[in-house]
Amino acid sequence: MIHGEQALLLALLAVPALGAALVALIPATRDRQARIVATVFAAMTFLLSLAPLAYQGDMPRRWDQYTSGLEPWIDLDLPWVPALGLEFHLGVDGVSAPLIALTGLLTLLCCAYTIRKVPSGGAGRTLAALLLVLEVGVLGTFLALDLVLFFLFFEVVLLPMYAVIAGWGGPRRRAAARKFVLYTLAGSVLLLLGVLIVVARAGTGDLVDLTGSVQLTATTQQAVFALLAVAFAVKAPLWPLHTWLPDAHTEAPTVGSVILAGVLLKMGTYGLIRVGVGVAPLGAAWAAPALGILAVIAIVAGALICLRQTELKRLIAYSSVGHMGFVLLGIATLSITGIQAALVGNIAHGLITGLLFFLAGTIKDHTGTGSLNQLSGLRETAPRLAGLFGFAAVASLGLPGLAGFWGEAFAVVAAVQRGGPLWITLASIAAVGGALTAAYFLRLLRLLTHGPATPETHAMPPALSRTEWLAWTPLVLLTIAVGIVPALVLQGTFESLTTLLGARR
Amino acid sequence: MRSQAVDHIALLPLYAAAATAVLALLADLFVAKRAVTAAATLLGALATAVCALAVGPWDPTFCTTGGCSWVPTWPAAVTAALFAALTAAVLALSLPALRLGTAPAGEFCFLLACSMTGGVTIAYAGDLLTLIVGLETLTLPLYILVGLRRSAPDDSAADGRAATRAASASVTFFLISVISTAIALLGIALNYAATGTVHLNLLGPAPTPFAALAGVGAALLVIGLAFKVAAVPLHAWAPATYDDSPLPIAAFLSTASKLGGVLALAAIVSRLDTGAVMSALAVLTMTVGNLVALRQTRMVRLLAWSSIAQAGYILAALTMGAPGVPAALAYATFFVILELIAFGVVTALRPPGADGGTLDDHRGAARRHPWLGAAMVLALAGLAGLPPGLAGLFAKVSVVGALVTEGWTWLAVVVVINAVIALAYYIRVAALLYTLPAQPGIAVADPILVYDATHPRVTVTRPVIVTLLIAATVAVVVGFAPQLVFSALM
Repeated sequence: MIHGEQALLLALLAVPALGAALVALIPATRDRQARIVATVFAAMTFLLSLAPLAYQGDMPRRWDQYTSGLEPWIDLDLPWVPALGLEFHLGVDGVSAPLIALTGLLTLLCCAYTIRKVPSGGAGRTLAALLLVLEVGVLGTFLALDLVLFFLFFEVVLLPMYAVIAGWGGPRRRAAARKFVLYTLAGSVLLLLGVLIVVARAGTGDLVDLTGSVQLTATTQQAVFALLAVAFAVKAPLWPLHTWLPDAHTEAPTVGSVILAGVLLKMGTYGLIRVGVGVAPLGAAWAAPALGILAVIAIVAGALICLRQTELKRLIAYSSVGHMGFVLLGIATLSITGIQAALVGNIAHGLITGLLFFLAGTIKDHTGTGSLNQLSGLRETAPRLAGLFGFAAVASLGLPGLAGFWGEAFAVVAAVQRGGPLWITLASIAAVGGALTAAYFLRLLRLLTHGPATPETHAMPPALSRTEWLAWTPLVLLTIAVGIVPALVLQGTFESLTTLLGARR
Repeated sequence: MRSQAVDHIALLPLYAAAATAVLALLADLFVAKRAVTAAATLLGALATAVCALAVGPWDPTFCTTGGCSWVPTWPAAVTAALFAALTAAVLALSLPALRLGTAPAGEFCFLLACSMTGGVTIAYAGDLLTLIVGLETLTLPLYILVGLRRSAPDDSAADGRAATRAASASVTFFLISVISTAIALLGIALNYAATGTVHLNLLGPAPTPFAALAGVGAALLVIGLAFKVAAVPLHAWAPATYDDSPLPIAAFLSTASKLGGVLALAAIVSRLDTGAVMSALAVLTMTVGNLVALRQTRMVRLLAWSSIAQAGYILAALTMGAPGVPAALAYATFFVILELIAFGVVTALRPPGADGGTLDDHRGAARRHPWLGAAMVLALAGLAGLPPGLAGLFAKVSVVGALVTEGWTWLAVVVVINAVIALAYYIRVAALLYTLPAQPGIAVADPILVYDATHPRVTVTRPVIVTLLIAATVAVVVGFAPQLVFSALM
């Protein structure tokens, strides 16, 4: 029998899936109504996605009182394909709940944005339906507590995202979309291998059983973690496996970029925490220095590339590489502080970069160019947009008091706490990378908003439309809210992380 | 000489299949109406499927000391029903062409039903000879069916060429097939000389002095059968034959005929040690199949090469021997359903009796036929092993999972790398269906309008729609409930 809260988990997947099917069936003559229907379904899903936050852990307990390394707040376990050891096992805990809410929010904003603005290339209702399918895949990934199920949902997003980029993207969209899909599939087949090795060795794919238990030998854990780390590093993306990202972002339509940066990348970092660290803690400990070094290289490389970058969306894409570097550095420390920093960093990046891509998309739509050589003086022609852009850029560079600060600062703090020459060095380089981040964002603002207005920027309307306010206000408010009260995200994560990391101690 | 006891209930599916063939012949002879002949064959095929599933597992029959030649088990019943269903589907896909008179309906139905009888025999076969007889009965009518293309009444030069091409495809197929059967028979003979047995359940390692002989026999047998599934390097016949034969027959070749080869191979490899040969064949088949498919410009050739690569995944599962057989059969089951949809959509998008055309001929097709486009995306995604083709995803997971569990991790790595290569061409075809055609040289106000005007919708006939609808429904159902397939094949 399925209880109320378990039905919630099912509804989180069923509502957007149903919405997508319904929207796809609406005839072409009612395209606008179809987009409104999609937004209604996205709104329902968003409300549902907030609900798990109300179920969080009852009483704080000592870590040795936990029976498993993973104690979901809500748990739904149904048999599905016994022959493959696959169970339909869903659950929410402190690690996944904020990401689920973020996914619900960003999908809603993107669907609402699509009501007024359909990028050229295809029918708006198809785009809205694809956004809902993407949401099913992402929510499923965050909810899955079975390894094979996790893999399955991980794959769900692949083709819809390809279709979004290839159908509604810029001039070189096909090549970019193909690069995205092949890169990501290459990553996810490694995930499949890793997952199946775990299932074969441990005899189960249930994450509740696997997390923190010592069923796998150290060698197996190292092999599995290596496979999983590469798989998630492609998705996250971690330097040097990031090369698909700038192309995909540059060519993707605005909503595609927002979803890609806001939630799809999080599947990689979430997977690393939940599956990588959870199932193969010894492997994670073994690989942590390598992961940390790569993360720091990503931070510095991302920042250096951004300093030279002249394409707006490409610059934001590379800044994502740097931000995800901080997130991965936090994870690599394998400490509660570090992973909490990673979780906050995830959410902050989703909010801020989502906003940045929305703004960049609007600029590109109106001016017809993303080249920073042709864009300047935005504060004269579109002061409100320029103001918002300034806010997002400052938030992204990690100004204290805004969401971006906590993830980056505490990733560095966690690395320092970890101690030893290696981690101290990594922390210092990451801190320098943080400074470089500030440098390139200030350069970006100088180029974009200051200086004389070019003919292209004169094409910008001085005011913002209602849709734009509607889509952006929540992101701005949440950026401030998370910046002031990071506990919004971190509430409940301490418990979950103590149990997750408990086995390693 | 002692006569063997015969259990007629166990043989019921075979009787139904053979009776279908006879019925088709008689209906053509006495009623001589195309619709009646086709309906009789269709009903017969469905009756065969029902018989196979209704009888289910039964006592083996044609038994002699130690072994039986006819072994009704659940996997046998399910695969026999699958053969019958594929036959019915291919017949339904052929109806528009038959209505045009591109092939004589009576002969067509009779031959197809004969082929089905062979398939049923393979499914139940309990000894090597029955297996070969079944395989030959499956293949023999196909030589004719591949070349069975009567020039249409309004005979034009193009049709004449098509008929010649079909005849040459038929001859190629025939020659290759005869040679492969000879090799397989030699293998059986050598194995018999070494072990003194032909019954599958008695097959096993030969006594020491004959071990080498038996090994050669097993290898030859596998190589002979590898021709049937078009395993690289024994594949060269397949792309040309598929492309030059009528589309529904190409569908039959790549589904039912391939399934027959897989069943035969599964029977052998689960008892004889052929891991070395099989793993080499598997690696070559999937890698070469996928790499060559990347370069194809004709639709059916691309599907043919992809089907070669898919056979490679099945061979990879069979490399493990007995533990890999359930995964291989499950993969084959999911694969034939998806492949049937793919060929069915191509058939539906082309005028009756036409060949598969170039990839460019299919450009933008999904914009005119959104449902056919959706079916094709389902099939191609499934063949690539990605959602929404969940059936294909579970097929891949079962094969890779079995390989990892049995310690063939290196082969699992080859399989997943190939899955990435394969996606490159599957997604090319899928994207092509939704791409607007290249702009004409002159500027037009509304390219979509011009395109629609110059590319009239092909009317899709009802039997094709029904077939595709059923196949797509089955694909979706087994995608969400793959356990049905896994349990049925246990």
